[in-house]
Amino acid sequence: MEKLLEIKNLHAEVGGKEILKGIDLTVNYGEIHAIMGPNGSGKSTLSNVLAGREGYEVTEGEVIYKGKNLLELEPEERAREGIFMAFQYPVEIPGVNNSYFLKAALNAKLKHEGKPEIDAMDFLTLVRDRMKIVEMDDKFMSRGVNEGFSGGEKKRNEILQMAVLEPTLAILDETDSGLDIDALRIVAEGVNKLRSPERSVIMVTHYQRLLDYIVPDFVHVLSDGRIIKSGDKSLALELEEKGYGWLLGEDEAA
Amino acid sequence: MSSTDVLDEVVGSEYKHGFVTDIESDILPPGLNEDTIRFISAQKEEPEWLLQFRLDAYRHWLTMDQPDWAKLNIDPIDYQAISYWAAPKSKDDGPKSLDEVDPKLLETYEKLGIPLAERAALAGVAVDAVFDSVSVATTFKDKLAKEGIIFCSFSEAVKDHPDLVKEYLGSVVPTGDNYFAALNSAVFSDGSFVYIPKGVRCPMELSTYFRINASNTGQFERTLIVADEGAYVSYLEGCTAPMRDENQLHAAVVELVVQKDAQIKYSTVQNWYPGDENGVGGIYNFVTKRADCRGDNAKVSWTQVETGSAITWKYPSCVLRGDNSVGEFYSVALTNNYQQADTGTKMIHLGKNTSSTIISKGISAGHGQQSYRGLVKVAASADGARNYSQCDSMLLGDQCGAHTFPYIEAKNPTAQVEHEASTSKISEDQLFYCQQRGLGVEDAVSMIVNGFAKEVIRELPMEFAVEAQKLLGVSLENAVG
Repeated sequence: MEKLLEIKNLHAEVGGKEILKGIDLTVNYGEIHAIMGPNGSGKSTLSNVLAGREGYEVTEGEVIYKGKNLLELEPEERAREGIFMAFQYPVEIPGVNNSYFLKAALNAKLKHEGKPEIDAMDFLTLVRDRMKIVEMDDKFMSRGVNEGFSGGEKKRNEILQMAVLEPTLAILDETDSGLDIDALRIVAEGVNKLRSPERSVIMVTHYQRLLDYIVPDFVHVLSDGRIIKSGDKSLALELEEKGYGWLLGEDEAA
Repeated sequence: MSSTDVLDEVVGSEYKHGFVTDIESDILPPGLNEDTIRFISAQKEEPEWLLQFRLDAYRHWLTMDQPDWAKLNIDPIDYQAISYWAAPKSKDDGPKSLDEVDPKLLETYEKLGIPLAERAALAGVAVDAVFDSVSVATTFKDKLAKEGIIFCSFSEAVKDHPDLVKEYLGSVVPTGDNYFAALNSAVFSDGSFVYIPKGVRCPMELSTYFRINASNTGQFERTLIVADEGAYVSYLEGCTAPMRDENQLHAAVVELVVQKDAQIKYSTVQNWYPGDENGVGGIYNFVTKRADCRGDNAKVSWTQVETGSAITWKYPSCVLRGDNSVGEFYSVALTNNYQQADTGTKMIHLGKNTSSTIISKGISAGHGQQSYRGLVKVAASADGARNYSQCDSMLLGDQCGAHTFPYIEAKNPTAQVEHEASTSKISEDQLFYCQQRGLGVEDAVSMIVNGFAKEVIRELPMEFAVEAQKLLGVSLENAVG
């Protein structure tokens, strides 16, 4: 299997405090990896470091994406190279039309790939098609980006963006948080429809319930900035049953 | 890189219209006295009453002090160091048609992207261009004349339509209205004149482009627009100036007369040279603009996008005299680097059931400082008057400032006056969200700012809305992160 992402001994700090203390993780094309762990274990830090957010300083280690040093790239360059992060709390951008925003994002990516920009008609056709995946209504496209959207609508809008931008690596950062069961189902089914041998997914989540809907190939447990255990989907079930304490105790014993 | 660093990095854009046109000009030596005024008046072969109008204004001006109530730091202005007359030299008395206009002038307007020649036909815009003190060309005059519309330079109007000019000049902004209006009334050089006859809807946008080219000169243009009963006109002005180290004074007066059932839509895209990133140079834009809704059901809209000038002092106002008359003010002002703006509006409700709307959007970046200053006045006679005001400020970075000074004077108990205000910052979260979707920082800032200003931009005529959007982006290049 071909490697898409390789994280080696990654250390990172936020505000001078070390949060990631040596992460090793390899993601091949087409795989879905779930990163689980208690609050404060470094899950969101890992997502933000991969997306290149300001304020997250890498102090040691490397990240190779598509054979290139990912850490050298600006956040927008990473995005154009196919990294997409579905945000835990998508921001509102008042007055900026949702459809206009998405078209600008798609065109930035197409331009980067040396392809012509998409025209308005083709874009409309594409968006209408992808909106079915997350059961979204047309009216959302003419509103401001996430402006006045409910929590569930914001998450669906994230998955719609993912469906249009067709990333190579999607990072779902606590996508299940704040969703009722119906919204969770719609979002999860949307992600499932986007599964492909050319696309990998990293799902960051606190709870096992998302994994009932999106079944991962691998589960990793993060604690205090390190992956302390990796396994297949059965690991998540075991965690659900025994709680994080089970593994944390094991870690201390080791 | 911290967000402040990125912000700093984005501040410091290049001014695109900063070229100087090498053209022979007649420039009056600096200085201001009654002889200067007589010279200007004589150059323009003005009638005696107009010279008297100027001299009265000048004598009044001498008794006045420059206003200091605005929240602005203005270096002292030496009014004797300014030249009050600069005109491009031409072979004859002046160009009679586009063919006679100096090719260098036409080239200047080409660079500015002004459709002066036949390209104007495609855009459907009639253009009057004012270069320093003189109006150089007015397009589409013939076509408009068929509708009875007068659109010409102010000087021509004085020659060809003296009765109209005499009737309306100074009737909205009296010569002694304020310091800068008095100065303008004394020394105004040229400008545009528009008259729309009864019941006529002007078939195209009318547009004036102002450009200051000569150094050490002031520009004092005068615009007078009269919409007679039931008439409609949409008018746009654009402004640019070269980059120079010294400050240059621009003190214009715009008077709008709106008769019964008439409507004037007045849009401004102001992009005078704002000075460099250290606050050196730039235009002092001290302008008096006022509309008088004289008849019932008259309507006036001011829409302004102000991105240029070192200092802006400007309060386009509406006197709502006629019953049911409507005044609107839509404004986007942007201050970057060391720019300062004190701008807003006055809505004077005199007639019954008059209504006014104020939407003001201020954007500050770098060390920019701006204030919204607005007066809503409801006279005892104005039964059922209504006003809605909304003032939003957006800050980019932590060195800039936004201030709001709303004044409300209501003397009629039936008046309804609403005021809303907000201040926000472009958040790091918004920027990162855009970047994560593949947008560069500058594109992201431009998009967020345009979203913020959308309610105002959409009031502009289509082609100017596009220009205004680009201008907001360009003015913030290197301004944000």
